Amino acid sequence: MYSEKVMDHFRNPRNMGEMENPDGVGKVGNPVCGDMMELYIKVENDVITDVKFMTFGCGAAIATSSMVTELVKGKTLDEALKISNATVAEALDGLPPVKMHCSVLAEDALKGAIEDYRNKQKSR
Amino acid sequence: MKRIYLDHNATTPVHPEVADEVCRRLREDFGNAGTLYSYGREAKKLVDDAREMIASVVGAKREEILFTSGGTESDNMAVRGVAYGNINKGRHLITSTIEHHAILETCKALEKEGFEVTYLPVDEYGTIKLDELKNAIRSDTTLITIMHANNETGTIQHVSEIGRIAREKGVTFHTDTVQTFGKIGINVDGMNIDLLSVSAHKLHGPKGVGALYMRKGVKMKPVMFGGHQERKLRPGTHNVPGIAGLGKAVEVAARDMEGEGERLLKLRERLWEGIKANIPHIRLNGHPTERLKNTLNVSFEFVEGESLILSLDDLGICVASGSACTSDSLEPSHVLLAMGCVPEVAHGSLRFSLGGGNTDEEIKLVIQALPKVVERMRSMSPLYREFLKKQKATE
Repeated sequence: MYSEKVMDHFRNPRNMGEMENPDGVGKVGNPVCGDMMELYIKVENDVITDVKFMTFGCGAAIATSSMVTELVKGKTLDEALKISNATVAEALDGLPPVKMHCSVLAEDALKGAIEDYRNKQKSR
Repeated sequence: MKRIYLDHNATTPVHPEVADEVCRRLREDFGNAGTLYSYGREAKKLVDDAREMIASVVGAKREEILFTSGGTESDNMAVRGVAYGNINKGRHLITSTIEHHAILETCKALEKEGFEVTYLPVDEYGTIKLDELKNAIRSDTTLITIMHANNETGTIQHVSEIGRIAREKGVTFHTDTVQTFGKIGINVDGMNIDLLSVSAHKLHGPKGVGALYMRKGVKMKPVMFGGHQERKLRPGTHNVPGIAGLGKAVEVAARDMEGEGERLLKLRERLWEGIKANIPHIRLNGHPTERLKNTLNVSFEFVEGESLILSLDDLGICVASGSACTSDSLEPSHVLLAMGCVPEVAHGSLRFSLGGGNTDEEIKLVIQALPKVVERMRSMSPLYREFLKKQKATE
């Protein structure tokens, strides 16, 4: 039911792990619902220079987390904000309909991390 | 890659003796069992022999066995048929919260038609309380339907006691024995069972065929209409090869039941001991002892079941999970939730259900593979990281 790309990202997730002193953190989902995603970013001159994730969830949740980190690395914040859940799903050669919410989670985690970074900048 | 199949509560490989029987009947006995000439008589004899076989292992009469397309149809037929057949007495049914969807969805459909249904709760082991059953019975109760053993946890209900209570109160009693038929001895008189559901593919038979035992005198209305087959309660030309296969599967299961049960119990306990010894933060779902000998349901905290299934599948190991992500509903197992399991722990459940071909060697391989798989998924889990941090802080 999963594409080869999803399985590849599930088997070999990119950028998985915790980040020391991230500039922005996005936390979405809920263990009660069976998926929870955390995305951490480092930002220099408005560019995402490093990104990591940790995820509790199904194969699609892990693959979408992994894919979104690949998509945003090196992008400016404004470019990164243009990445939608559909972009993530397409990059994975599609997701089963019932798993599309995982790609929404990935988009929300990314947006959350960027928002967190910008809020921190403002409050400085 | 050699595969290890540990999902026998979902379906089972067809036993070679059964496969031979089905193929032979498919090739040789094409007759319509409802016809008078030799082809038809030969087909009818095969159907009646299978009927006799099933009846004999549960102490029933041959004419009390009806053939269906499987467990789901048998359950639908029993619940709907008895509900409709006893409207003059009342419109109240009793079931439990942990039944198979074939029962629960039928009950929900009947509720929409004006029937009332009581869903009995279960304790932490998945067992219904007999007192609560007694209290739920009303003057207008027409059916009690409680499964014999649960497909997810393997927990076995006190069917004999339930049957006795039902009989005392004059209420018809149906039990879904899809997971127990051929695994646990059943006697319909000794256990006061009025109806029971059987599925062939759960006992090394073919898919798409099953049976319903219906005690003589039970009031039932047909839910399907057509020809005169199965006393007009289940019309349709008989699936002769399938029915013959079911008969053979029951014969083989009854013959091997005792030895096979003990063998699987040993393997299952070995698996459980191996998991306990090698993986921390786990819990057993289901009754510690009153449980199907082949079933082990374990929750692995901080991880999600589907990701475990996919990882194990990469190693050739086939298991099931009660996680929402393995269902289309996005709800975790209703059985585990009914037992008081919190959703995040239900999401991390795996069900190992052993059967026919499983060997000691296979169990050893699973015990070796599983800790690495769980550890890998935990290394990605923010829940596990939080847990470790908290643990460190309290040290």
